[in-house]
Amino acid sequence: MFKIVKKRFLNDAKTICLFEIEAPLVAKHAQAGQFVIFRLDEQGERTPVSVAGWDREKGTVTVMVQNAGHSTAMLHTVEEGDYITDFVGPLGKATEMEGLKKVAVVGGGVGCAIAYPIAKEMHERGIEVDMIAGFRSKDFVILEDEMKAASTNLIMGTDDGSYARKAFTTELLKEQLEAGVKYDRVIAIGPGLMMKFLAEVTRPYGIPTIVSLNPIMVDGTGMCGCCRVMVGGETKFACVDGPDFDAHQVDFDLLIKRGAFYNDFEQEANKHICKMTGGTRSNG
Amino acid sequence: MANMRKDKNPMPEQDPVIRAQNFDEVALGYTAEMAIDEAQRCLNCKNPLCRTGCPVQVRIPEFIAKVAEGDFDSAYEIITSTNSLPAVCGRVCPQEKQCEGQCIRGKNGESVGIGRLERFVADYHMSKENLPDPEVPASNGHKVAIVGSGPSSLTCAGDLRKLGYDVTVYEAFHKPGGVLVYGIPQFRLPKEIVAQEIDNLKKIGVEIVTDAVIGKAMTIDELFDDFGYEAVFVGSGAGLPQFLNCPGENLMGVYSANEFLTRVNLMKAYRDDYDTPIKHPKNVVVVGGGNVAMDASRVAKRLGAEHVYIVYRRGKEELPARLEEVEHAVPEGIEFTLLNNPVQILGDENDQVIGMEVQKMELGEPDEKGRRRPVPVPDSNWVIDCDAVIIAIGTRPNPLILSTTEGLVATKKGGIEADENGQTSREGVFAGGDAVTGAATVILAMGAGKTGAKAIDEYIKSKA
Repeated sequence: MFKIVKKRFLNDAKTICLFEIEAPLVAKHAQAGQFVIFRLDEQGERTPVSVAGWDREKGTVTVMVQNAGHSTAMLHTVEEGDYITDFVGPLGKATEMEGLKKVAVVGGGVGCAIAYPIAKEMHERGIEVDMIAGFRSKDFVILEDEMKAASTNLIMGTDDGSYARKAFTTELLKEQLEAGVKYDRVIAIGPGLMMKFLAEVTRPYGIPTIVSLNPIMVDGTGMCGCCRVMVGGETKFACVDGPDFDAHQVDFDLLIKRGAFYNDFEQEANKHICKMTGGTRSNG
Repeated sequence: MANMRKDKNPMPEQDPVIRAQNFDEVALGYTAEMAIDEAQRCLNCKNPLCRTGCPVQVRIPEFIAKVAEGDFDSAYEIITSTNSLPAVCGRVCPQEKQCEGQCIRGKNGESVGIGRLERFVADYHMSKENLPDPEVPASNGHKVAIVGSGPSSLTCAGDLRKLGYDVTVYEAFHKPGGVLVYGIPQFRLPKEIVAQEIDNLKKIGVEIVTDAVIGKAMTIDELFDDFGYEAVFVGSGAGLPQFLNCPGENLMGVYSANEFLTRVNLMKAYRDDYDTPIKHPKNVVVVGGGNVAMDASRVAKRLGAEHVYIVYRRGKEELPARLEEVEHAVPEGIEFTLLNNPVQILGDENDQVIGMEVQKMELGEPDEKGRRRPVPVPDSNWVIDCDAVIIAIGTRPNPLILSTTEGLVATKKGGIEADENGQTSREGVFAGGDAVTGAATVILAMGAGKTGAKAIDEYIKSKA
């Protein structure tokens, strides 16, 4: 059992929630870019989420979770001091930062929760970081202060212009590149479509671009192949070969389609979240 | 005087039509009367060949003699003196290739039903209420870590604990058991049985840590340096699924057998009260002819598929699956599309699977293993309509330990190199089971776990 020592919502829309979880085994080696798998209870499914932070002394790991499906919505109902049944990791490879000098880290929506620890780690290592963050609207903004502290420049936009500038991350990055800013790498994390279009923004400039992929997984250790993605015409397992891949080689259309495979289940399952308990199972 | 009837007592089974719609165990087990009658068929040979066929050296004629007397408790003690998982072995061992394959009664008639008797004895023991807790062997003060919790690891753990070692088993999943819980379906090996066998190990003091991915959360070096283990046994299995590498393999509705079976067996996706989703396809193609292909096809049938086709490139004689598994699959309605080889998987405009193109094959000259080689028949391609494809063509050892541990050597097939005692190229590190050999059987893995335990005991004693 893993104790939730801290819980707080990161935006007004309450779509993304931070959980600090007691997990010394995971905390010991967790690095930016890796992920964990949680399971709420005995009936729960194994759900991957990115590592957003860690405290090796305290033995805790922080994750920032969007209520995107049934299990994540249920997790949002778990309170500080409660326990979840499973929390395993760190899984996947850490984001490579060796030798980088100037990087644009791009986060879209909940992708900022993954982009932020990468930016922070780079910033701490003395790499110059331009953090580009995009959100749907003002209510959905997360981690503004944290991202500001973890970057040289924070460039923000919202889709509807209700906060910061009205611009997509693709436009914000394009402006930088057109203004002549040179990056030796772009790292982008967000919805599949955003990453797909960002790859096209950097392609003409030949800037090495890395995306962190989040396909459906079961075990997270290379055992089932559910998370397979096509990169440069080859099948890769995101859980062990990634989650970071060369954006210019990824088949994003396949990623998006495979990611939606169980959407009908999610919709059906969410209808059955108990309205009285807010999700907690009667036997749990 | 022994019972000289030529046939084994048949195993009572659920009716095929009914069982194809539920996940309850297919084989129901002997009654006490059947067990005693079957046990009386044993000739109690002076030089029992059956024992030589058993990788964990179960004292077969001795336990059978006790069954024949109706003394099932003594029979259980005899079995468990060498075998930590009798209820598992009695169900999933290929006895026809092991003990029963050597049985003298098999020369003229059917062998004694050794597996069925072992299962009966284990089930009899488990069904008893208020069993006293077994005696916990005293600690000898030496610590051993075991990576993985499948059959080789559990056997190694049980044997070492009985010798007095403090044993910790690290499992990456949330439940221990390895392939016994994620791979083999409920209707062939109920998970409650596996859990009880593992509980028996816990009761003698084996510690099990789940949610611990060795190689990620802790390296093997840390197990030695930070945790003070004196030896490590790696029984991490063959978890890496192989795909066909044919066009269409990433379409929606294509699964590895590992994914399909893990969703159903470990995550219990077939039950409404569990969250893990699974589709219920109408027409399913399962590629492969081994036990895993049989398991996957029978699971697909139980999820409600109208047609489940086994696509295998050779003929019935060449099927690598146990005959018993094939004989269970046929009356459940599994359709064997033999001598056909996958060419590509076809999808619709949404990339959902709609069929598999296959090519007919015929058998040619025998290959180096003596199996007749399949040869494509020209211009014989045809399409099987289906909305799901499950690839069950084998697995390879999981590379996680090899890629995170200095000093281990990989075999050509991606396994961990180890000698016949399980000793790897690194001092103090032993390995066994599918992690070394590639995918094999539960009992061979258990044999390797047993050998590994003996080697670890000798290694630690030699250092003291």
